[in-house]
Order: sequence, then C-alpha cells, then structure tokens
Amino acid sequence: MLANYLPVLIFLLVAGGFGGLLIVLGFVLGPRKPDSEKLSPYECGFEAFEDSRIKFDVRYYLVAILFILFDLEIAFLFPWAVSLHAIGRPGILSMVVFLTILLVGFIYEWKKGALEWD
Amino acid sequence: MYIAVVLAPLIASILAGLLGRVIGRVGAHSVTILGVAVSFVLSALIFKGQAFDGQPPFNGAVYTWLVSDGITMQIGFLIDHLTTLMMVVVTFVSLMVHIYTIGYMHDDPGYQRFFAYISLFTFAMLMLVMSNNFLQLFFGWEAVGLVSYLLIGFWYTRPTAIFANMKAFLVNRVGDFGFVLGIAGIVYLTGSLDYQTVFGMKQAMAQHSFALFEGQPFNAMTVICICLFIGAMGKSAQVPLHVWLPDSMEGPTPISALIHAATMVTAGIFMVARMSPLFELSDTARSFVLIIGATTALFMGFLGIVNNDIKRVVAYSTLSQLGYMTVALGVSAYGAGIFHLMTHAFFKALLFLAAGSVIMAMHHEQDMRQMGGLRKYLPITYATSLIGSLALIGFPGFSGFFSKDALIEAVGESHLNGAGYAYFCVLAGVFVTALYSFRMIFMTFHGPERMDQHTREHLHESPWVVTVPLILLAIPSVLIGWVTVGPLLFGGYFDGAIVVAPEHDVLKEMGANFEGPVQFILEAFRAPALYLAAAGVLSAYVLYLVKPEMPAKIRARVEPLYRVLDNKYGFDWFNEHVIAAGSRSLGKLFWTIGDETLIDGALVNGSARAVEWTSALVRHVQSGYLYHYAFAMIMGLAALLAYLLFHT
Amino acid sequence: MTAVSTSYLHDLTLSLPEVFLLGATLVVLFVDLFISQAHRQLTYLLSLLTLVGTVVLLVAVPEGRHVGFAGMYVTDGFARLIKLMTAGTVAAAFLYSRDYLIKRGLFKGEYFVLALFATLGIFVMASAGNLLTMYLGIELLALSQYALVAFDRDSPIAAESAMKYFVLGAIASGVLLYGISIIYGVTGTFDLSMLAQRLDAHALTQVGLLFGLAFVMAGVAFKFGAVPFHMWIPDVYHGAPTPVTLFLGAAPKLAYFALSFRVLAEGLGSMAGAWQGMLMVLAVLSIAVGNVVAVSQTNLKRMLAYSTISNVGFILLGFLTATPFGYRAALLYTITYVLMALGSFAMIILLSRKGFEADRIDDFKGLAQRSPWFAWMMLFFMVGTAGVPPFAGFFAKLYVIQALVEVGFTWLAVVAVLFSVVGAFYYLRVVKAMFFDAPADDAPIGGAFSFKVLLSLNGLAVLALGLFNTPLVELVAKALR
Repeated sequence: MLANYLPVLIFLLVAGGFGGLLIVLGFVLGPRKPDSEKLSPYECGFEAFEDSRIKFDVRYYLVAILFILFDLEIAFLFPWAVSLHAIGRPGILSMVVFLTILLVGFIYEWKKGALEWD
Repeated sequence: MYIAVVLAPLIASILAGLLGRVIGRVGAHSVTILGVAVSFVLSALIFKGQAFDGQPPFNGAVYTWLVSDGITMQIGFLIDHLTTLMMVVVTFVSLMVHIYTIGYMHDDPGYQRFFAYISLFTFAMLMLVMSNNFLQLFFGWEAVGLVSYLLIGFWYTRPTAIFANMKAFLVNRVGDFGFVLGIAGIVYLTGSLDYQTVFGMKQAMAQHSFALFEGQPFNAMTVICICLFIGAMGKSAQVPLHVWLPDSMEGPTPISALIHAATMVTAGIFMVARMSPLFELSDTARSFVLIIGATTALFMGFLGIVNNDIKRVVAYSTLSQLGYMTVALGVSAYGAGIFHLMTHAFFKALLFLAAGSVIMAMHHEQDMRQMGGLRKYLPITYATSLIGSLALIGFPGFSGFFSKDALIEAVGESHLNGAGYAYFCVLAGVFVTALYSFRMIFMTFHGPERMDQHTREHLHESPWVVTVPLILLAIPSVLIGWVTVGPLLFGGYFDGAIVVAPEHDVLKEMGANFEGPVQFILEAFRAPALYLAAAGVLSAYVLYLVKPEMPAKIRARVEPLYRVLDNKYGFDWFNEHVIAAGSRSLGKLFWTIGDETLIDGALVNGSARAVEWTSALVRHVQSGYLYHYAFAMIMGLAALLAYLLFHT
Repeated sequence: MTAVSTSYLHDLTLSLPEVFLLGATLVVLFVDLFISQAHRQLTYLLSLLTLVGTVVLLVAVPEGRHVGFAGMYVTDGFARLIKLMTAGTVAAAFLYSRDYLIKRGLFKGEYFVLALFATLGIFVMASAGNLLTMYLGIELLALSQYALVAFDRDSPIAAESAMKYFVLGAIASGVLLYGISIIYGVTGTFDLSMLAQRLDAHALTQVGLLFGLAFVMAGVAFKFGAVPFHMWIPDVYHGAPTPVTLFLGAAPKLAYFALSFRVLAEGLGSMAGAWQGMLMVLAVLSIAVGNVVAVSQTNLKRMLAYSTISNVGFILLGFLTATPFGYRAALLYTITYVLMALGSFAMIILLSRKGFEADRIDDFKGLAQRSPWFAWMMLFFMVGTAGVPPFAGFFAKLYVIQALVEVGFTWLAVVAVLFSVVGAFYYLRVVKAMFFDAPADDAPIGGAFSFKVLLSLNGLAVLALGLFNTPLVELVAKALR
C-alpha cells in the first residue's frame, strides 16, 4: 500500500532538490560585484520613503476572507451543475439549502457593516 | 410510606439546620415537630396495621447503592413486629422531647441547631431500626453516635462538655471496632450483608471456626456474636465500656432523655434482639452477655446511691436498667428485654425530663444537696417524677413492674452458665434501684428547703410545653404494662422477628402459668423482688427523711467502700492513667520516630515538597509562547510515532 | 428518481434535530440582526427555545440504530445520549452566562449563535458515521470555539488566547486530517463501519495504518487537551471570558468523547492494541502533569484548566481498556465531570461582578461566612471532582479504576489513585480558603434567582448522583449497549 505513495515521495524529492539546486546554482554562478547603489533599497529609483513592511488595514483580511468564501461557493457550484442530472431533485434541494445558509451569512455581514470600507 | 417515616425528620432537620436563620426559632421548631409528628403518626399506622390488622412483615430493598465484588450494598427496610414497636417508641419519645425542648432550650442561642440535631437523630435512629441489612445498620449506628457526640458537646464552650464528648467518642470507637469485626466476620462467611440471607446461612456459619490463636480454633458464631455484642456494649454502655454515659450528662437534658436514656443507648439491645437467630447458636456468647449485663445492672446501681447530681443519678439508673435488658437477652428472653426497653423508654424519658424541669426551676443547679421540699413549688413535676420512680422500682401495676418482674423470673428459670450470679445481681439490683430512686425523690422534693434565698423566690412550675410532655409520658409509664404484658411476652407477638431455640425458651415456660395481668400482680407477692423494692423505699425513707444524719455515719463507718464507689470503681482512673497515658506515650513514641521523621519528614512533607517543586518547574514550560506550544505538540506527535516504531 | 427522494426524505427525518437546530440558529441569527440592544433578551429566549425544540425532536427520533445519508449519518442510543446531555449543558451554560454578559456589556447575539453552532458541531460529531462527517463536525465546533474565545473584543488577553487556540487548533486539525487521509489511502474508505470491516487484527502490522493512527491520535489528544497536547488549555481557559470558559469546559468534552468513541472504538476498534499503548502514555502524562501543576496555581480558572487535563487523563484511562465496561466508565466519567465543571465555573461567575472576576482562589476566602449555602455547593463541586465519596466524582473514578483492574492494568490504577491524592490537595485548598480563612471582601453575593436555583440544583445533583448513582449508570449502559 505504502508503495502507492512512492511517486509522491519522488515528487517531493525532485521538487525540493530542484528548488534547492537553482538557488545554489544562482549563488555559485552569478557574478557578485556589489556597490553602494546596488545595496541600497530603492523605490523606482528614489530613496525608500518608509519601511517596506507596512501595516495592512485589518479590513483587508476581512474582505479577503469573505471573498474566499464566495469564491469557494462558485467552485462548489461547478461540479454540482455538471452532475445535476445524476443527483436529481435532492441535489437541487441541497443546493438551495446551502445557498440559503450562505445568504443568511451574507445578510449578516452586510448588516454588520463588514462590506463598508469606512 | 416507609420511606416517608424516615424522610420526614430528615427533611425537617435539613430545613432547620441549613435555613435556621431564615425560618427563625418558631419556624425551626414547627418544622421539626411537624416532621417527627408525621413520622410518629405513620409509625403508629404501620404498627396498627401489623399488630392488629395482621398485615405481613415487609422486607425489601428501596435502593441499590453499589454492587462490589458480588456484595450488594443497598438501602432496604425490614418492617416486622420488632421494628414497628421500636419505631413507635422512638418517634413518640422523640416527639415528646421535641415539644419539651421548646421550653427547655428557650433562651439558648443554638436553638435551631438543637432542633436540627434532634430531628437528624430521629432519622438516624429510624434508619437503624428499620434496616434490613448490616451496612445500613452500621450507618444508622454511626449516625446516631455522631449526633450523640454533637449533642454532648452542644455547649461547646464548656471544657467539661468537650471532654465528655471526646470520651464518648473514644469509648464508642472501641465498641465500634468490635462491631465492625463482627460484621466483617459475617460478610466473610456468608458473602452477604442482608439479614435474611445471613440468617438463612446461620447453620453453615456455626460449623466454621476461626483459629484466633495458633492451634486454638474458636467457634465462628461465638466469635462473631461476641464481636457484635462488644459493639452493643459500647452503644448501650455496658461495663467496662459504660464510662462515657454518666459524662454525657453534660449535654442538654432533653438529649439525655431522648438519646442517653430512651433510644440510642437501647440500640445495642435492639441489635442483639435482631440478631437473636445468631446469638441462639452460641451459648458461650450468651453467657458472656449475661454476665456483663448482670454486673452492669447491680454495680452501676450502687453508684446511683452515692451521687448527688440529679442527672447523674438518673444516668446511673439508666446504666443499671440497660444491664437488666442485657441480662434478659443473655437468658434468651429477648421479648422481655425489648419489653423492658419499651417501658423503660417511657419512664426513663419521663424521669429525665422531670429532672430537667427541676433543673430549670433551680436555675441550672443540679446538685440534690441544694434542693429539697420542691414538692409544693413543682406539683406536676413532683407527681410525674413519682410516677416515673414507681414505675422504675417496679411498683405493682406500673409498667416497670411487669417488665422487670418478668425479666427477673426469666433469669430464675434459666439454666445458662452464670444464671445464678445473674439472678442474685438482678434481685439485689431491685433493692438498690428502689433505694437510689427514692433517695432522689426524697432529697429533691421532700425534706427541708436547702436552696438559697434567691432561687427560692423564683421557684415556679415549668411552662406547659414542659409539663404536657411529662404528663403524656406519665400515662404510658403507668398503663403500658397492663396492656402489653400479655401479647408482648407470652402472646407470640415477636414470632418471626425474634428467634428463640425451644430449649432456651424461658418465656414460654412462664407463659404456661400466665393468666392475665391481675393474676401476674398477685403472683408477684409471692416473689422476693417486690419485698426487696419495698425495703429499698423504706431504707431511703429512713435514711434521708427520718434520720438524715445516718448516711454520713454509715459513710464514715465504711469509708474505703465509699471511696471505691465515689471513684466509680476506678474505671475512669484506670482509663485515664493506664490506657490513655499508655497509649499516649506509645503514640508519642511512634509520633516522634515514625511520624515526624519518617512519614512527615520523608514521605508527606518530602513528597509535598517534591510535588510543589515539580509543579513550579513544569509551570515554566507553560511559557505563553505560541511556538513553544506548537513545538511541544510536534514533539508529542513525534513521540507517538516513535512509540509505534518500538512497539510494532 | 422517486426512490432517491424518499430515502432523502427519510434521511432528513432521521436528522430532524440537527436540521431544526440549524434552521432555528439561522433564525436566531437573523432576528438578532434586526432588533435593538434593548430587546436582546429575545435572542436569549429564542436560543433557549431552540434548545428545547431540539430536545423535543431528539426524544421523538425513533430508538435503535439508524443510518442515513449513505452511511454518513448514524443515530443510535449513544448519539442520543450525547446530544441530550449537550443540549442540557448548553442550556445551563446560557442560563449561567446571561447576567455576566449583561453586566459587562457583552450581551450580544453572537455568543448565543456561536454556541448554538458549536452545539450543532457536537451533534454532527455524535452522529458521524464517516470520517469526513466527523471532520466537518470537529471544524464546526472548533471554529465556533475560536470565535467564542475572542468574543470579548476589547480584552487583549482574550484575543491573545484566541489566536493561540486558533493557530494550535489549525495545526491539530491539519494533523488529524493528515491521519485521516493516510487511513483512507490505505483502506480506501472513509466510512467508519466499512473501516471496521476492512480492518482486522492484521492491521497492526501495516505501517501505513499505524502512521495514520498516530496522526489521528495526536488530533484527538489535542482536542481533549491531553499532555503533551495540552498547552492551549490553561491559556485559553484563563484568557477567555468566564462564560466562554464555562462553555468550553463542559459541552465539547462530550463531543470529544464521541470523537474517540466513533473513530477509535467503532472504526479502528481492531487496532486497539496500538492505540491502547499510546493512550496509556497520554493518560498517565495527563494525570501526572495536570494534578502536579495545578498545585502551584493561584488562579482558579487556571487551576481548573489543569484539573481538566487530569480529568481528561481519567477519561482516557477508562477508554483505553477497550472493553464495554471501560467505555461505559469513561462516558460516565465524562458526564459527571461535565456536571461538576459547569458548577465550578458557575461559582466563579456567581462571585464575580463588574470589574471583579473572582477567578483567584483568594477571592473565595471566607465564602462560608458570606454565603454558607454556596460555600457548601462549591465544596460539593471541589470534593466531588477530587473524588471523595459519596459524591458523583467518586463513583466515576471508582468505575474507571474497576475497569482498569478488570483488564489487568493494575499499575495504571495505582498511578491514577496516587495522583488523585495529589489532586485532592488543590481542591481542598479551595475548601480551606472558603471555610477557614477570613473573608477578603464582604460584597453581597449577586446572581439572579434562576441562576441560584440552577446552581443549587447542579450542586445537589453532584451529591445525588453519588448517593443514587444507579440511574446514571443504567442510562450510560443503555446508551452503550
């Protein structure tokens, strides 16, 4: 049984090895002639205005998560639509239930103001 | 219905105890009196049902608590004629005492607590008598003991009360040890705690023997019965485990009446009667019972003569009467023992409550030398005490007469080893009983008034809550014997509840001649007991009323004997100096070597320190850092995987 | 087509309690959105009604074992008992929480809705007939719990513990899922009864299965909080608002018992030889660490957290015997523990007031003088958990130990008893503080009437189930027939 996982193991080894190899290659083969200009952080040729790590507004994550939720919903709808013939009326009913739940969730986030940026 | 009998006082007790502050004094006594009254009425109904309507005895489990190793521990009731009689006596006396307490404890700050305790006691006592198995019997046994200690130490600010309470506790532990051993022996032999099962296997048990000493087998039944009886000796205060009872008089008087005279101390008697199928199989054990009982009956009576504390006199009289009951058990006259238990419960409760009434009137003065002539100030108390005393000495027609006379006659009929000694003891005891009883009556109610001026001015009869119970108790003290002597002793009332082997059945022999109470009284005029009692009363009259200077002279003449009595035969001294001191020094030795250095130092404190130290150490692992936690989890997972690697 | 429809309907009827719970929760969520703060009581009442309705439907479900949704969903006596207990526990948690939440301005619909979703998660777990259904339930429960811990948004400590809980929980979920996938890879099925059929004693020699089992085990251990997967418990119990701690400490334990019973006993029962050993290690470590570390705690919530860990050890001990009696003992222990945990946390809520959490042991000093009744109740909970007869905890421990001895793990029983003795110390410390120390403050004991009544009943139940333990034993025996 475990033999079935051999390709996975090979894949992992190859992927890891290949990734590592490229880094090492770049490190070894690449020319390195640093000067002050090359070492300075830059922003389109200007000096950096601020630290590159800035705080994102937490709302960004909120929107991102909400986006993923509905994105997944679409991803779920595709296989459902394709197999609709096989699953019949129960299939439709189930999807109605699913979408209703999602709808309640949507109304909730809307009413709570999660979709308003300000 | 049976459950209601026990639960009513329990619930009342819980209400009065936990909500005492909320429901107040009136609430506390109302609820507990109601609880006990319900219990009494139900008991009376059950009694009527069984004794008159011929209902069959009930034996059944109410609830199974635990089954362990094939031994079932359960709560169950065995309600037969013996039980119903005890239930009625217990609940009636308890009810009287509850009412009386309203007056007696009127000014006490622990009023609600007291009511909670006595209701709890009633519950425990009922559990004890209604039990159908040894576990519940033991539970009730310990529970009545517990309440008794609590009540002896009720006035916990008095050092003497605390001392008495401690003494009662320790002495009873000795008895309980025997009791537990007895029960353990039964379980060992039969594998059951249920009365019915155990009694069913009694013949098989009697075949066994225990080799207590190398090569010295003892009959199992004898060992078990003696162990059980040692328990009874503790609870029913038989020599030499009697020392706690006089001291228990430190408790409030209602308690002395209820617990230390009428009910709890008779638990031992009841238990032996209940175990009659077992005791019947061991003559040795019954001889033991007989001799202990006879000794207690006579020698504790002597102590009543020299004591001056009114409650202690009654207490010694209780000891002596308990001895009488025990003697009855010894000669297989269980019915007579229980009969005396019942009549004694009424008249002794009466005497205690009367003594309490006197004490109240005397502003808590208990020394009889400070009393005298109280007859005219306390007429009801006087009359009822007189009735109680007459019942106690066995005045013909009074309840005590029937029970005591039957008992003495039964001893006379017996052929058991030691019966001759016992017969002498109980006969001599009659004289002694009459002497100390009437000494008390004369010193308290007759003669010159010896109290101080202040007390005399405030003397008055007690309130109705006190006198009504006295009167209610006086009625059965007079009459109960007439009504019950026939059926109880000779009418086969206890058939089925108490088992007597035919060859021991002394009551049956006596029953052949029994033709009703009147004839029974007439019969008594031909026996020595009655004349001995009369002699006792007469002596008391002469010594304490006619020639009050006589006792002092007699005392001077027999000084050493008086000293012996005054020191109560040295039991207390012996316990104090030999047993207590010896065990204390032994304990101290073990304590310093074993406990302090080994157990405390190395084991207890050592392990406690180790635990604390480890605890503090491991606590640091809980660093609060997320990556530490995740790391621990991964390590755990790795460990699980490693475990697999090594174990498969 | 019609055949499919009727079976679909049949499945829905079987799972009516869950369907109703979900629907009603959505209604609560919806209603809560459109009412003002002044009418928030409505949410509370609707939530309680939801639970009542669920219980009614649970009782109406036909008895016996029924399978629906092609084996994904199972209902039997066990599921029914777990669900009924859960519904009752959650209802009690709501009653206990209301005042606390109102006083601190936390009386929001989300608490109730999240708790109801968690309840649904527990229901799904109890009825899971398939590893995927189980996982679904676990995640529904876990996500609701993460959110509940962070429920008091203005409390940094709550946010921190929620974050920790979430991250660690995610790792654990990943591990569990990984284990499930390996098992699927080896056996080719997610279905628990099918799994039981395909595995035989031979399974113990298959390295792949054993690996999968180890990962599943780690996941289960994390959920329970068994050492060394326990790190989240003290921080989360301490950090979360007390009503949330009360919730976390009670109902989910039933769910995790269902998880281990369904997956380990029913699905992987033939591999008992392997998981027994692992559980042994986990259980002994849990009892040892839990009891020992609890000794040095000064915060009552943290102490109770460690107490949870040690009690989990006991549950696992009963479970690892892999005998019907052992399972019964473990379930009995779980139920008893839940009852006592509810009461202990409710006592903290009772003593707390705005701006004062009453979560230190010192805060219980002299309670016997301030309120003797509730001091006694707390005594019941403490000595009950310590396992002193005649309280319920004693019998729970007794049965576990009896189960251990029965299968010959006497040394485990000895270890368990020894550490219980250590444990008794810290429970008694609370008792000592209550009865022998002078009160630190004399503020009157608050709490609504219903709260006090429920708490008293809870305390008395701990006593009553010790004195009369037969009904519970029979109930459990019936559920695990």
